[in-house]
Amino acid sequence: MKQDTHTDAVLVSAYINGDESALSHLITRHKQRIYSFIYSKVYNRDVTEDIFQDTFIKVIRSLKRGKYNEEGKFLPWVMRIAHNLVIDHFRKNNRMPKFENKDDFNIFSVLSDGSLNAEKQLIKGQVENDVRRLIEELPEDQKEVLVMRIYKEMSFKEISKQTDVSINTALGRMRYALINLRKVIDKHNIVLTN
Amino acid sequence: MQKMYSKTSHPEQVNNMAPKDETIRFLLDYSKALSVKRYNNLKFEALLN
Repeated sequence: MKQDTHTDAVLVSAYINGDESALSHLITRHKQRIYSFIYSKVYNRDVTEDIFQDTFIKVIRSLKRGKYNEEGKFLPWVMRIAHNLVIDHFRKNNRMPKFENKDDFNIFSVLSDGSLNAEKQLIKGQVENDVRRLIEELPEDQKEVLVMRIYKEMSFKEISKQTDVSINTALGRMRYALINLRKVIDKHNIVLTN
Repeated sequence: MQKMYSKTSHPEQVNNMAPKDETIRFLLDYSKALSVKRYNNLKFEALLN
């Protein structure tokens, strides 16, 4: 029997009635279209292969359980299943199509992990402690302005009000605080980098 | 300009792609192994190897 010339409906019916070769013909007939459709969404060969397989597992189970109503729409039905599985895939991964690394370009050479690892966190803590100790050595008026500006994130307007000096004086104290800090750091060769 | 923006970054031909033979073979074997038994309006799936 030449099954290649049969319509999808005839093949589906034959498959439901136990003709396993009908499934092979259906897959052969539509595999390229369904596979390409999935690949056009996920752009990953392995994921496409998985979704293609899951699609036909659903098709096989539905047909064998008698859940499919033949209305001459076999391909649209399979495409809908594939489409839903593609959505499930993105939902599971909680993101849009992922970037594929090529041999000549690796996305991780451009992007880096913003969070610090344990060692870097430790060093960061030490550096911050060193900076605090250096600040303690500053003259009281400069220290006061620097702490308000950097740690309390106050504006110079607020600092001038609170310390009862003009904005220019507050700016000047901040400037000298930074100059003095740099001087001490240079003098003692203190390394404050992570 | 239009050409630039519409250029795909995926050089592979999306329209001429097909699954691996082993995937097809797996599906045909799965289909042969799967049998659905009906009992009092209930359906049971069995995978027979």
